[in-house]
Amino acid sequence: MAAGVATWLPFARAAAVGWLPLAKKTMPKPPVDNSSRSDEILYLNVSGVRFQTWKNTLDRYPDTLLGSSEKEFFFNEDTEEYFFDRDHEMFRHILNFYRTGKLHYPRHECIQAFDEELAFYGIVPEIIGDCCMEEYRDRKKENQERLAEDTEANESMDAPLPPDSTPRERLWRAFENPHTSTMALVFYYVTGFFIAVSVIANVVETVPCRPPEGRIKDLPCGEKYQLAFFCMDTACVLIFTFEYLMRLFAAPSRCKFMRSVMSVIDVVAIMPYYIGLVMPENEDVSGAFVTLRVFRVFRIFKFSRHSQGLRILGYTLKSCASELGFLLFSLTMAIIIFATVMFYAEKGTKGSTFTSIPASFWYTIVTMTTLGYGDMVPNTIAGKIFGSICSLSGVLVIALPVPVIVSNFSRIYHQNQRADKRRAQQKVRLARIRMAKKGTTNAFLQYKEDRALGGRDSDSTALCVKNRSAFEHQHHHLLHCLEKTTNHEFTDEMTYSELCMTESVGFRTSRSTSLSSQQGAQNNPTGCCPRRARRRAAMRLANSTASVSRGSVQELDTLHIKTTSIPPQTRSSLNAQADDLKLNCGEQDFTAAIISIPTPPANTPDESLPPSPAPIPGILRNTRATAFTHETVKISSL
Amino acid sequence: MGAVVGTLTMQTKQNRRPSRDKTDDELEMTMVCHRPEGLEQLEAQTNFTKQELQILYRGFKNECPSGVVNEETFKHIYAQFFPHGDASMYAHYLFNAFDTANNGSIKFKDFVMGLSILLRGTLREKLEWTFHLYDINRDGYINREEMTEIVRAIYDMMGKYTYPALKGDVPQQHVDAFFQKMDKNKDGVVTLEEFIVACQEDETMMRSMQLFENVM
Repeated sequence: MAAGVATWLPFARAAAVGWLPLAKKTMPKPPVDNSSRSDEILYLNVSGVRFQTWKNTLDRYPDTLLGSSEKEFFFNEDTEEYFFDRDHEMFRHILNFYRTGKLHYPRHECIQAFDEELAFYGIVPEIIGDCCMEEYRDRKKENQERLAEDTEANESMDAPLPPDSTPRERLWRAFENPHTSTMALVFYYVTGFFIAVSVIANVVETVPCRPPEGRIKDLPCGEKYQLAFFCMDTACVLIFTFEYLMRLFAAPSRCKFMRSVMSVIDVVAIMPYYIGLVMPENEDVSGAFVTLRVFRVFRIFKFSRHSQGLRILGYTLKSCASELGFLLFSLTMAIIIFATVMFYAEKGTKGSTFTSIPASFWYTIVTMTTLGYGDMVPNTIAGKIFGSICSLSGVLVIALPVPVIVSNFSRIYHQNQRADKRRAQQKVRLARIRMAKKGTTNAFLQYKEDRALGGRDSDSTALCVKNRSAFEHQHHHLLHCLEKTTNHEFTDEMTYSELCMTESVGFRTSRSTSLSSQQGAQNNPTGCCPRRARRRAAMRLANSTASVSRGSVQELDTLHIKTTSIPPQTRSSLNAQADDLKLNCGEQDFTAAIISIPTPPANTPDESLPPSPAPIPGILRNTRATAFTHETVKISSL
Repeated sequence: MGAVVGTLTMQTKQNRRPSRDKTDDELEMTMVCHRPEGLEQLEAQTNFTKQELQILYRGFKNECPSGVVNEETFKHIYAQFFPHGDASMYAHYLFNAFDTANNGSIKFKDFVMGLSILLRGTLREKLEWTFHLYDINRDGYINREEMTEIVRAIYDMMGKYTYPALKGDVPQQHVDAFFQKMDKNKDGVVTLEEFIVACQEDETMMRSMQLFENVM
């Protein structure tokens, strides 16, 4: 029911007096309305802009935020107003909806922002008034299309492959998007080159060459150098066949691939050759064989994989199918009409070329498209009159659908351009977003470092602690809790990749280690480097170094240097392994190749979380390493 | 060729202009506003308080910014309360009852005076108003045809889907029952006095008068 109609309810109820004399039964008791009858003005403060309205106005739509008791959640008792921290410009439209019963869509606003406001206030967009509904729908559809394009672009081609993709998936990716790898690019250009060669060969072999000795007539080059052309053709077809089979193998869905247009073009391009191979060289079928050779020209369509413009053209034609159909239909109608008329007009004349109606079709087509070859010309006056009408109308009929096709093409072309531009910009956008995200994660890791660093120096700890906001405090505390819960630590990308590398290395060398070095470790009951996997790898490596002294010779790529006098770490499960190898951290004569500088364990007794390691030398943690006496950055092999 | 297309489009543009002028004139005519008398005067003439008049006027003005209600709008508003059936006939009779000046439109004053009688008036005033509603041709008598019209209009508001299903002669029976009750001297018409006396004797109806409590 419309809004204002609710205010006519008293009138409707009063008008029921007309029923009373007729009623045979007593009327039911009217509902008792306990709420205060008097209307009051409500104050709505939306981001500082004060709106005032009658309570009744808002009560008109009880299933929205403002009309229901939900607005009590926003009531500010001190100022006795309802405070909403939203956009006041859009609130104006929403309040007008209550007042007039019609919701309007402001054209200069973003459609998504408007939708969000509507969702917040509990108003369904369907009640937008007719005046604004079309605009709203158009904008919404446009927005959704754009978002769909974005997600499509994201999940397609340019996204990096998951690391565990099969060779088949990689092959398919290489075919579909040649820019992903150099091999694919090479293959792309090679096939392009061979398509061109094949098409040129097809063209050149019909050019007349100088005849060999003993002949007078010019021979087409194809027959003169038959063997050469045959070899070239074979080579091209072999490459195309190979490419097609590879694509077929790599396709995620073979049936779908075989039905796709490009695949059909591929097949049509190579089939004539094979058919020509198996067909015998007799006169009867040579006619058909010649026809087959025509299909070789379809190889030129293979270029559409290489050219986006061609694809756009094809897509345009497909989308303008209805207009093209209309054009064709109207042309056919006109052709038949005019051909009939011309035939009967020219029927009497001697030697007329208009021998039948189908023969007149040719004249009509040539005239309507304003070609005018002149091979068929009307001689009678009536014929000339109808001929001129025919050429005038031809121009009109052809010109009508053309603007539609042109506008379609323009729209699709611009859409494509927009998509390309957006894809290019998307990369920059995503990179920037990633950097911002990294900033927040790095903040946590930075904080951990600082705590470790500043542990010895209480002043600097206080300083670095003060620099964080209350929010960051609580956030970092939360991350700590998570680390404690899972017994794992947060680290950054580079460290993680380093970890993977060292682990693989560590595994290699750790096989020969033994746990006999446990004795030496008793001096230092603590594990050393608290890094989890690093420790493991380090243990193993250190193990191996320990066993070097027993004569085993190994090549060490990395070694972690353990530092001494470290308070016991509280990493329970990992410490077990650390206990396996209680290396003599006091030994300073470990020299080993170091790829990464070890991180000093946390010296702060309260904070057992160590800072993350710095895998790559040159990072700031380098400086920290110098604070410790036992680091060696010498690179040598044992 | 382009010239052909150009002249074609120009032609259509010229044809459009005259019709647009006509609609502009129509728009101007509906912009005439009507303002009611002052608040104090209305308060004196009706039984409503100032606040009540304000509330009523705000609702009235919202629906009819021009200040008058014509029959179409009236029917439209009333029909919104009875979506099941066709309320247009009853709304027509109501409109005529409110439109005391018989000029085809209800101003706020008419509206509020009618409401005042119905909601705040004496019993006799209410019954007189109802009599005027039933007396379609304003001749001072209610005859069978008029009553049949009214009853049929009321039954139309029920719509098609009723329980029990509405049969064709039910309105007629209702009219007969009414005349039996009201027409004391059995002369085929009901006068105002007969109507008032009969209604006051009707217990059911008197009890139903509580309908008008708490409406405003």
